[in-house]
Amino acid sequence: MALPTSSVITLHINGEKHTLPVDHRTTLLDALRERLDLTGTKKGCDQGQCGACTVLADGRRTVACLQLAVAAEGREITTIEGVADGGRLHPVQQAFLDLDGYQCGYCTPGQICSAIGMLAEHAAGWPSAASGDVRPAAAAAPLTAEEIRERMSGNLCRCSAYTSIVEAVARAAGADAATAAAVVPAQSGEAVA
Amino acid sequence: MKEFDYRRAPDVPGALALLDDRPDARYLAGGTNLVDLMKSGVERPARLVDVRELPLDRVEPTPDGGLRIGATVTNSDLAAHPEVRRRYPVLAQAVLAGASGQLRNMATVGGNLLQRTRCAYFTDTAKPCNKRAPGSGCPAVTGEHHNHAVLGASRSCVAVHPSDMAVALAALDAVVHYETADGPGELPLGWFYLPAGDTPHRETALPAGALITGLTLPPAPVAARSRYRKVRERASYAFAIGSVAAALDVRDGVVRDARLAFGAVASRPWRARTAERVLIGAPATARTYADAAGAELAAARPLPHNGYKVPLMHNLTVAVLSELTGEAAR
Repeated sequence: MALPTSSVITLHINGEKHTLPVDHRTTLLDALRERLDLTGTKKGCDQGQCGACTVLADGRRTVACLQLAVAAEGREITTIEGVADGGRLHPVQQAFLDLDGYQCGYCTPGQICSAIGMLAEHAAGWPSAASGDVRPAAAAAPLTAEEIRERMSGNLCRCSAYTSIVEAVARAAGADAATAAAVVPAQSGEAVA
Repeated sequence: MKEFDYRRAPDVPGALALLDDRPDARYLAGGTNLVDLMKSGVERPARLVDVRELPLDRVEPTPDGGLRIGATVTNSDLAAHPEVRRRYPVLAQAVLAGASGQLRNMATVGGNLLQRTRCAYFTDTAKPCNKRAPGSGCPAVTGEHHNHAVLGASRSCVAVHPSDMAVALAALDAVVHYETADGPGELPLGWFYLPAGDTPHRETALPAGALITGLTLPPAPVAARSRYRKVRERASYAFAIGSVAAALDVRDGVVRDARLAFGAVASRPWRARTAERVLIGAPATARTYADAAGAELAAARPLPHNGYKVPLMHNLTVAVLSELTGEAAR
């Protein structure tokens, strides 16, 4: 007997339930974009290498291109369309706007979802490869530019707007302006102007 | 991608029954490697058995002072766990050196052990590859192999194992636990990965249909002072071109105990036992460390375009051991 190759699934996205039939080959990314009209989540490489499709699954940042939609059933998915509080932007969104944390904008939804997840990871005391001593007795590493760059390395920006992205993430992390300026190496006249 | 059946495993026996020894069925956990390989056609399963939600997601102390790590623990949770960070910092560092924050949140310990090489010939189904299509040949030997094996390689396959985590596990004498329809089993990490030999398509000693349920780490006081250092072609989010996992116990200027493993130099994580024999009992000096690295790397057989890996690994080994010695002196 031929094995079933599709299922009717219910996805929980941004607090809403969506029931739809899917071919098992459908990724969460394609389900969001092509079936549910949630096109804020972008398709870049479709291979887990660029981070443009980053969403939050049960609060943790993941790439939607390597997640099968059928395997996402039962998880609470948050996309860029769901991060604002009604008419008020999420602090990470506001920081990207205020500090021009983008150029073309294609990677921006992924950058913002990734930053939201990353800030929660840092607040929970997770170390990174930039933290040096990983032993839990060590004080939580401050979110320096080096830490932000390492923790955000799964999100590529082909425009290379990294300088502003790091500033925006530092601003959203609550770093005061002096700290944010100090941790971002001045790489161009514009950055220090 | 080929069409496939999808089932969610209710429990471990249910997972084994759903896989049903079908050679065309695969367990799915984080999917960060398998789904990618299905997109490229390297993997063409007829059924996926989703094991991500099995209750194998705990990190627990063992009575002997080690740790048991469930197979579905994510890489993120493993690296963030206080006992992993306290007792085996080399393991937390190795996991944090791999992939990206997003992928570490998805990828699991069991899947990390079973991830496949990133050799470009393996992932391109238009090319011959003895690992993917046994007997079809290995274009890497005479082709693009700047990041291929210098130790333990065969003429059939010169691909390297991509895992950072497994290099630390090799240094820590981890044991892999699994279940089969005939009952449970275990494999020390040193026996888990098979040498490439003439059968590079056979990568592990796991029985057919077996489900990895977890790992145990034996107590290792030496690991309290341990480190993972990875060299790659960009600062972050890239596979290694060489890495070292090391643990060192130095007292009164003498190496009392040492663990050393190399990554990205062989078809499997490379436990550097020849170097360890040189280290243990010798003065804790840069000279000893150079002798140890030289002894291990004497077996290296580089290809035309990856000879750089031999001095790279030599220097990396001396540097990591010297750093650990400096920590001990403080």
